[in-house]
Amino acid sequence: MPKVTANDLVEHFNLEVLAGEDEVHRAITTSDISRPGIEMAGFFTYYPAKRLQLFGRTELSFFQQLTNDEKQERMEKLCTYDTPGIIISRGLSAPKELIESAEKTGVPIMRSDVTTTRLSSQLTNYLEAKLAKATAVHGVLVDIYGIGVLLTGASGVGKSETALDLVRRGHRLVADDSVEIRQQHGNTLVGRPPELIQHLLEIRGLGIIDVMTLFGAGAVRPFKRIALTIHLELWDENKAYDRLGIEEATMKIIDTEIPKYTIPVRPGRNLAVIVEVAAMNFRLKRMGINTAQQFSDKLTDVIEEGDREEF
Amino acid sequence: MTENTVEVKLRTGLQARPAALFVQEANRFQSNIYLQKDEKKVNAKSIMGVMSLAVRSGGTIQIITDGSDEEEALQALTEYVQKEE
Repeated sequence: MPKVTANDLVEHFNLEVLAGEDEVHRAITTSDISRPGIEMAGFFTYYPAKRLQLFGRTELSFFQQLTNDEKQERMEKLCTYDTPGIIISRGLSAPKELIESAEKTGVPIMRSDVTTTRLSSQLTNYLEAKLAKATAVHGVLVDIYGIGVLLTGASGVGKSETALDLVRRGHRLVADDSVEIRQQHGNTLVGRPPELIQHLLEIRGLGIIDVMTLFGAGAVRPFKRIALTIHLELWDENKAYDRLGIEEATMKIIDTEIPKYTIPVRPGRNLAVIVEVAAMNFRLKRMGINTAQQFSDKLTDVIEEGDREEF
Repeated sequence: MTENTVEVKLRTGLQARPAALFVQEANRFQSNIYLQKDEKKVNAKSIMGVMSLAVRSGGTIQIITDGSDEEEALQALTEYVQKEE
């Protein structure tokens, strides 16, 4: 599970730490952000203590209207041992009751000059990206006509060679051999290469080659959303491969199902062309043209017509 | 499935050449073999994956094998990374 702490926020957003400096390493476990206005009014039943708390002008002006006893009590209830941090926006000054309570339980209090709504969305985006579920897959990721295609298959089946052929045809390499995948914004899978081996391709017999220096900046991409996976496997005589393309198989990566084609490899089959056409056909399907389905419907019509003529 | 946490004693860690030999060794076996360092897990039969971990000498890695010859694979690879040369 990836980890983000208040300290990461301080560094990334350039925040000023007002209290609780010793506890800035508390883990933030959710990307949800709470603006505890209703809690300040005294309703703590559903207080999401584990979320990052954000105080804007609204919360702080309301707070000023409370009696001294209330101020003390509400702030103490807001600063729990679970709270990863409290951020004050717009560069507003922190009430002394907040600082006192925070020092007791060690909640980090931070301040930013940005306005509340903007800060809130920036924080959410940052936390979502950082807390996204991640995995690494053995495969090659290429961008073919804008479709992110993940090539998988056993070692030595020809993934990298296919990628090289695709790059030659003007497509873009994202990652070779090892693809780091993050699931962002619900169910979008974004793949990128490990830093150390980006732009590199390993070809048996040649060794490691740098695709960017060889083919130019247009031949690579730093990251790409994965839309399709193509599994390459050695031709198995006993296995039935898809002949029509009507049924759609999927592969699960993290929690997301991705359409999957299985392509058998045999000497003399030009894999790059097949993969390229698979990507184009996938694109066509997304635009509403499903050749296999249309053909099947047409066949049904012709058969039914033939039946009618016989009567 | 078997796994083993080992310390890499190779003098240069899993630098390009030793990594290539490691992958060559891994490819002799039928089993699925993975290498894990911290939270990153890669296929041990892929040289780019292994090199992307940048394992240094003295670092610890986890070798995970799964398949018909998992025991032999685990033993051979463990021995390889523990060679001090």
